[in-house]
Amino acid sequence: MEVFSQFIQLFFSGLTIGSIYALIAIGFVVTYNVTGVLNFAQGEFAMLGALTAISLSGAGLPLWAAISLAIAIVVLIGALFEKTAIYPARHSSGATLIIITIGVSFVFRGLAIFIWGTQPKSLRPFTANDPITIFQAVLLPQNLWAIAISLVGVFSMGYFFNKTYIGKAVSACVVNKFAARLMGIHPEKMSLIAISISAGLGALAGIVIAPISGASYNMGMMLGMKAFVAAVIGGLTNAPAAVVGAFLLGILESFAEGFWSAGLKDAISFALLLMMLFVKPNGLFAKATGKRV
Amino acid sequence: MLAVNNLHVYHGYLHVVKGISFQIQKGELLAIVGANGAGKSTLLGTLAGVYKAAEGTIELEGEDITPATMQTLVKKGICLVPERRQIFDSLSVKDNLLLGAYHRYRRDKKEIPRDVEQVLELFPRLKQMLDRPGGLLSGGEQQMLAIARGLMAKPKLIMLDEPSLGLAPLIVKDIMTILRKMCDELETTIILVEQNVKAALKVADRACVLSHGQISISGTAQELMNNETVQAAYFGKKQSNLVRESIS
Repeated sequence: MEVFSQFIQLFFSGLTIGSIYALIAIGFVVTYNVTGVLNFAQGEFAMLGALTAISLSGAGLPLWAAISLAIAIVVLIGALFEKTAIYPARHSSGATLIIITIGVSFVFRGLAIFIWGTQPKSLRPFTANDPITIFQAVLLPQNLWAIAISLVGVFSMGYFFNKTYIGKAVSACVVNKFAARLMGIHPEKMSLIAISISAGLGALAGIVIAPISGASYNMGMMLGMKAFVAAVIGGLTNAPAAVVGAFLLGILESFAEGFWSAGLKDAISFALLLMMLFVKPNGLFAKATGKRV
Repeated sequence: MLAVNNLHVYHGYLHVVKGISFQIQKGELLAIVGANGAGKSTLLGTLAGVYKAAEGTIELEGEDITPATMQTLVKKGICLVPERRQIFDSLSVKDNLLLGAYHRYRRDKKEIPRDVEQVLELFPRLKQMLDRPGGLLSGGEQQMLAIARGLMAKPKLIMLDEPSLGLAPLIVKDIMTILRKMCDELETTIILVEQNVKAALKVADRACVLSHGQISISGTAQELMNNETVQAAYFGKKQSNLVRESIS
């Protein structure tokens, strides 16, 4: 029974961290699909969201207002990032664009040290954080918040891309930019929308994880890298597959940490990335979806 | 309705369209035919804003639209159905149709579902496959979808680039019949670029032959049908070498 409860405990921990990866991974996929850019600054949006929400909450704003405002601010930062860093270099090579995003991530981190310092900070949980026991596994409500918000985020994105006109226009740019232009769609505007949405999703991820593991200037890099692994597992162009990849990665990490060693967690993630790139470069679900990296 | 005056277009150093001028009236179907590399697709692309004109003017209902972008031209009522369809193959047939009306979705939100129904009256075959991804349609169905998507923009002028390419003769006949119907019943103005000269001339009101970037012959479709040079070049009738050279 003890092994079973440990299993449940680790499974929920995996789902929690997986849900954070999922939100950031969707941002990766959306940005890559629309702009062709692998945005390695994606994880920094999580850091900016978390730290901004902590500051706003600390300034006396109600938690919901601090969270909403923090997401709005990061969406604006995302839009600014697109206008000043991605749009002017839109005709550059993929390698150049990747270097730009890495450069921007350093800028974000530097600004974060300047504004918030190097000490980790914490956001209070969204609701009372009394532990809940399920099959002798102890869960915090914030974990459930993380999973629920992530699922809402995933379904909202599904709704946006499949049911709204603007979402369909963004999808059209992904499928065929030339034809989209012929329909009167501006791919440049769609790029701005896609990166702003991705920034918002990143901010949400950071805010959700902040009450669980805290927030600091350097949290974005590792979150971004893990989300990238999840996106690669999903084939980089397929958002639902990236979400599955994120949950798989989260659960795998959690079990590795629980049954072996915390130090092995990151090694396993990046070993998985290498294995995917060697064995299934088109993504784990490429056969089923026909999508290719 | 549309007046093209002394249009010149270059691809790099290559002078592709060399001083073309023509006019088209509302509800008219103009066929532009010619050999590969004659400049037909470049001409259509320029009218749709894909390529920039180096010289000359394009006027739509008296307004100079020469420097306009693709997106602006769609709003002004010019729609291009490009070569090889270019449909959104992972999106459903319905989404493809809805995206055709993108430029007016804010203004005509309520009208668009009704317009989908109207367009589907012209293409009943698409009715059965509204939820199917465009990429899973046959070539003929994809062509119908591309034209239907173009009509969703409610264009004043729709331009089709090689709609018969790679399609079976019966499907080509269906598509040409629909084009004629669009002119007669909806008063749509059409420019049809085709290599299937016989099919194009059968439905066109007027036609011109493009050769080396210039209009070499023009007239009513019937006149071109009876033109010895056209017959020699496209209908396989016996011709002198001189005629063959003049058209190639």
